[in-house]
Amino acid sequence: MSAYKIIDHEYDVVVLGAGGSGLRAAVGLSEAGLKTACVSKVFPTRSHTSAAQGGISAALGNMGEDDWRWHMYDTVKGADWLGDQDSIEYLCKEAPAAVLELEKYGVPFSRTDDGKIYQRPFGGMTKNYGNETVQRTCAAADRTGHAILHTLYGQALKHNTEFFIEYFALDLIMKDGACKGIIAWNLNDGTIHRFKSHTTIIATGGYGKVYYSATSAHTCTGDGNAMALRAGLPLQDMEFVQFHPTGIYGHGTLISEGVRGEGGYLVNSKGERFMERYAPKAKDLASRDVVSRSIAVEINEGRGIGKEQDHVHLHIDHLDPKVIDERLPGISEASKLFANVDVTKEPIPVVPTVHYNMGGIPTNYKAEVLTLNGSEKTVPGLMAIGEAACVSVHGANRLGSNSLIDLVVFGRAAAKRAAELVKPGMKHEEIDKNETDRCLDRFDKLRNSEGSNPTSELRLSMQKTMQSKCAVFRTEKTLKEGVDEIRRPYDGMDSLSVKDKSLIFNTDLVETLEFDNLIRQAITTMDSAYHRKESRGAHAREDFPKRDDENYMQHTLSWCNGSKTKINYRPVHRSTLTNDVQYFPPQERVY
Amino acid sequence: MVQLNLPANSKVEKGQYYKDKTGSKNIRKVNVYRWDPSTNENPRLDTYEVDMDNCSSKVLDVLNKIKNEIDPSIAYRRSCAHGVCGSCAMNMNGKNGLACTKSHSELNGDIDIYPLPHLKVLKDLIGDLSTLYKQYESVEPWLKTSKVNDKENIQSKDDRAKLDGLYECIMCACCSTSCPSYWWNGEKYLGPAVLLQAYRWIIDSRDEDRKERLKKVADELKLYRCHTILNCTNACPKGLNPAKAIAEIKKMLATA
Repeated sequence: MSAYKIIDHEYDVVVLGAGGSGLRAAVGLSEAGLKTACVSKVFPTRSHTSAAQGGISAALGNMGEDDWRWHMYDTVKGADWLGDQDSIEYLCKEAPAAVLELEKYGVPFSRTDDGKIYQRPFGGMTKNYGNETVQRTCAAADRTGHAILHTLYGQALKHNTEFFIEYFALDLIMKDGACKGIIAWNLNDGTIHRFKSHTTIIATGGYGKVYYSATSAHTCTGDGNAMALRAGLPLQDMEFVQFHPTGIYGHGTLISEGVRGEGGYLVNSKGERFMERYAPKAKDLASRDVVSRSIAVEINEGRGIGKEQDHVHLHIDHLDPKVIDERLPGISEASKLFANVDVTKEPIPVVPTVHYNMGGIPTNYKAEVLTLNGSEKTVPGLMAIGEAACVSVHGANRLGSNSLIDLVVFGRAAAKRAAELVKPGMKHEEIDKNETDRCLDRFDKLRNSEGSNPTSELRLSMQKTMQSKCAVFRTEKTLKEGVDEIRRPYDGMDSLSVKDKSLIFNTDLVETLEFDNLIRQAITTMDSAYHRKESRGAHAREDFPKRDDENYMQHTLSWCNGSKTKINYRPVHRSTLTNDVQYFPPQERVY
Repeated sequence: MVQLNLPANSKVEKGQYYKDKTGSKNIRKVNVYRWDPSTNENPRLDTYEVDMDNCSSKVLDVLNKIKNEIDPSIAYRRSCAHGVCGSCAMNMNGKNGLACTKSHSELNGDIDIYPLPHLKVLKDLIGDLSTLYKQYESVEPWLKTSKVNDKENIQSKDDRAKLDGLYECIMCACCSTSCPSYWWNGEKYLGPAVLLQAYRWIIDSRDEDRKERLKKVADELKLYRCHTILNCTNACPKGLNPAKAIAEIKKMLATA
């Protein structure tokens, strides 16, 4: 192995990732006086939080009566009872304060006539335990994620957070089952950096890029998830992949659920508002999994639109152009750019598109990472937040606008917990050289690959397999084929080709490391889906159309070593955190 | 007579030519600026023949196609692919923009792709934005308010509307790197991107530090190097108007 220049750092806490959750955690840690490093492969405002559009949920009650317990019920039901209700209680109860804090930080929320934060209706968000639509989703026009991300970056600057920008994280440093820090590659000058930390917080986002068509950014490669797998830790509920009902046909760009919140509706080739049939009460504002499946059924039964009858239409041309201009300006821009559609006159062609990973690194409501060792155990020194984490508040299906609130509530919780566990300036342990060697061996091997399979080909093969074998509807047959097929691109790495051997901004190698991360998550997703023989939330099995609470009210845990996985389960938490609210027992889920 | 020398690496040489291997009848030549810091070589312009029959509509799609199918070593930043993250700002046929929102059908002739002008190049199309980021930090982009209660600030719809056209900025740097004044005085002049951000906080009705913010920015070099050339507004891929924001700051200072 060639010698790499290694630079050592010591920090109380390292935050990996600088999106909404990573930045919120970093702000809290700096406030608590902990020496904090925030490491990110992109400049913070390039993070994918910037793409969130519609809003952030919190029972503020600015637009009529609301209660965090109603929000909790909606989230439990949206999750199809796979969420842990202690964590969901924490999320919904803390949400209003977290949003008000963002406003105080400077987020330019849209306003009501009396100057309060504007809230819009969103899918699955209801009043009085499912009775009628509520306006709970706080919005900054249709650029809420952008507004929050830029504001949080400003707060991090205010608190002098130390950033390591355009550093690509390679691996966790583990010792006796505890995390002691991370190793990262500085793209700017090619050096390797070893960060010792008492707590490492993974905030690396989702892994949408395992699919061919996704609203996810190119950088959504779940690097932290893969680092956890390589450290011998399990990922949880990976089979639950959310298809957003309205990605622009042919391009995948997200069209916010806020569009339907403001009165937009879907139609099929017969001009029918078909959601009335599938969700008589909530109609176009049913949960995302329900709307996506309904669109898929319409298309499968020949009522799709277009030459190939493979998409449907989303109308907002009936809305007042002034409303569109004020509340949905970004959507108008995206529709023009990517579908050549003037939304005030024509419908937008849309199709369900991969959007969000409910699964990820298992944690409790304090953001501490969990593993299964006989029973549920925390992993010392390691936390996870945001889309990388599976708390699990979203269970089998996330409600729209519950992800932004997840970022800030659990970003804050992680900082709080870390401040309890770590005292400023605590001494660091020595780290075994083997951990560094193991990490750099993999790095060096990938960098010096001289085979015949370009990374882009293996990635495409993985994406096509996921798209065709692990889609909105799944069966034993497609999943069985998928389980075999998804291992081919993994095996293809035996003869990998990396052309660029340099160390400064070697994006050929970056994409290869990202593929190495993606393929492990693709495998765990496919295997987890194969083993769950029921339908729940986003996991719809045609051969097992019913939810099976007796056997599967359990979180899937999957370990992955090479292309071999081990699947196990842990029970869903069937109790709340406090007596402020009663446990919501499983019910039939209708909208 | 004074002898003038070009700085190192300023001469762009002719690079490699990648001929089409697909047999496509619809070929477009794409010229891309290449420079690898780990060699001592000068920058070069590589030419790729790209099969446009199997290429999506944006310049970023062209670059991804080159990277995936022809030359994986080409380096550029990209992330969201729909104009919200600001990563893929570059110069295309002489004009700054986002590769992910720029349609190649709007460009005439060969496609020429360069990094954003006047930045130190780190590799190929990747420019060094660290100075701009430091300048952004210098305008203290956070709300300054003494209110500590647990209620939201009340802001009227009209006051909130004053932030429209400002808060949408994605910090892609297309404007600042198109500004001749920023080219000459980039270390000291804040430039249109950062001044637009400065104004975003100055004009926020919730902020209690307006006077101080104005005072800090009222500087011969930081602000008044803007000579209303308006390249910034012309370059903004989000349709914002940094020149107007700068004019508003000047007006506030003149009438204060």
